[in-house]
Amino acid sequence: MAFAIQFVIDVLSLGGAYALMALGLVIIYGILRLVNFAYGELIMVAGYTMFLASGSGLPWIVMAVLAVGMAILFGIITDYAAFRPVRAKSVTAVLITSFAFSNLLQNAALLFISPRPRNVPLPDIFSQTVSIGGAITPVRNLITIAASLVLLAGVAFLMRRTTLGIAMRAAATNFTMARMLGVPANLIISSAFALSGFLAGVVGILWIGRIGTVVPGIGLEPLLVAFIATVIGGMRSLPGAVVGGFLLALIDTTLNYTLSQDLLKFRDAFTFSLVILILLWRPDGLIKGPASGQRT
Amino acid sequence: MLDVTDLSVSYGAIRAVRSISFTLRKGELVSLLGANGAGKSSTIKCIAGALKASGGTITLEGKDITAASPEQVVRAGLATVPETRDVFPDLTVAENLMLGAYIHRRDQAGNRDNLEKLNTLFPRLAERSKQATGTLSGGEQQMLVIARALMARPRVLLLDEPSLGLAPAIVERIFEMIETLKKSGLTILLVEQNVNQALAVADRAFVMRLGAIVASGTAEEIRSTSDLSSHYLGG
Repeated sequence: MAFAIQFVIDVLSLGGAYALMALGLVIIYGILRLVNFAYGELIMVAGYTMFLASGSGLPWIVMAVLAVGMAILFGIITDYAAFRPVRAKSVTAVLITSFAFSNLLQNAALLFISPRPRNVPLPDIFSQTVSIGGAITPVRNLITIAASLVLLAGVAFLMRRTTLGIAMRAAATNFTMARMLGVPANLIISSAFALSGFLAGVVGILWIGRIGTVVPGIGLEPLLVAFIATVIGGMRSLPGAVVGGFLLALIDTTLNYTLSQDLLKFRDAFTFSLVILILLWRPDGLIKGPASGQRT
Repeated sequence: MLDVTDLSVSYGAIRAVRSISFTLRKGELVSLLGANGAGKSSTIKCIAGALKASGGTITLEGKDITAASPEQVVRAGLATVPETRDVFPDLTVAENLMLGAYIHRRDQAGNRDNLEKLNTLFPRLAERSKQATGTLSGGEQQMLVIARALMARPRVLLLDEPSLGLAPAIVERIFEMIETLKKSGLTILLVEQNVNQALAVADRAFVMRLGAIVASGTAEEIRSTSDLSSHYLGG
């Protein structure tokens, strides 16, 4: 019983983080049909903001809000620096500019901060454990589950009930038609980048909470995870990204529990094999996005 | 109301619209006729701001909208119904209509009044307001895109082939509805392949062929004098 509880909590907390990461990536992809390769760096920005604020003596929660705010700001800067100038011209150009922006941020961190890991302040509650039905669980896993539930519900509300959200969904199906109704393209895209930055900021804090330190390359794994989760779930569907995130977490956690010590270092190979099987079965991902969709 | 002067549209080296000029007067319904590939839809898309003009000017009520973006054009008072019947399939009818009123989103009361008027014009849409629009029939989708364009409260409406691919009985209803809109004082540019029905509702018409206007006049003149079948069949 204790084992089952532990397994479920592990899957849900890892899956919640994966789902939020994937959602942040797919929100941009849905509208622009472009992967934001600088997405992982938003998590890095959140981490370094925490590190830089650690000496200030501010309460932790204020530092966390500041970190999320910086991730939002850098999300919007990504739009202005890498996407907006070349968006209408060529897909290849945006691929390169978003890579370049990602590199620029990483190298700025290397140059101005340090290539070595830096400690990020974490409240005591992140290192405490509780016992639930006999399973010893870190409290941060429960915080991750709670935070992801609240955020997933919040994003669902935004996308279904508010004019901005509905306009974003419309823009994701047919951007030109949405513009012909008067929905301003730049507002929609900047909002998508801000939302993406917000999700990256929160995930960043939860993610770094597992490790306790931040390095310039910290964004690579979340970017990869988010990308795989959206591919499994369906590149154009928001619910798909969430399903993909939880499924990937289920695969990872199951392998963690079942593989022997010798095989554990090949875990990613097993994960990717399963991902390939899923894609052979459903090449468009598990949930198909809305029909149509010219890139604009 | 709407003045188009020497308008040209090019796709790379291909000139789809070659220096055409025409005017829509207030309250008028003008039909733009011509075969496939004559440049009708390119003209519409260019006026709507979805395509860049390669030459010429477009003015709406004296204001130059030649280089305006699609969102600026609709704000200036011109709404467009493209021929591709672009509903947002995973949004409901009500959500589609709400987005149609995006530029008036702060005027909730005005939108409610407008929606009530549209619900009497399109009772089918009112019945299906909570349904995803991807599940509507072609005719219902066509009514929805027209209703959605009207939610922007335009003074000029561009309609691109509203009868395309619809059953004759539904086409009949669409044309009745266009007449109702005309009576309400809306200025309409109607692109059609359905020549007889288009001429029956139009005040004036002009015919495009290979990107140029080859005939223009009142609906009766176009019907009686020009040999339309030659423009369509390339005779």
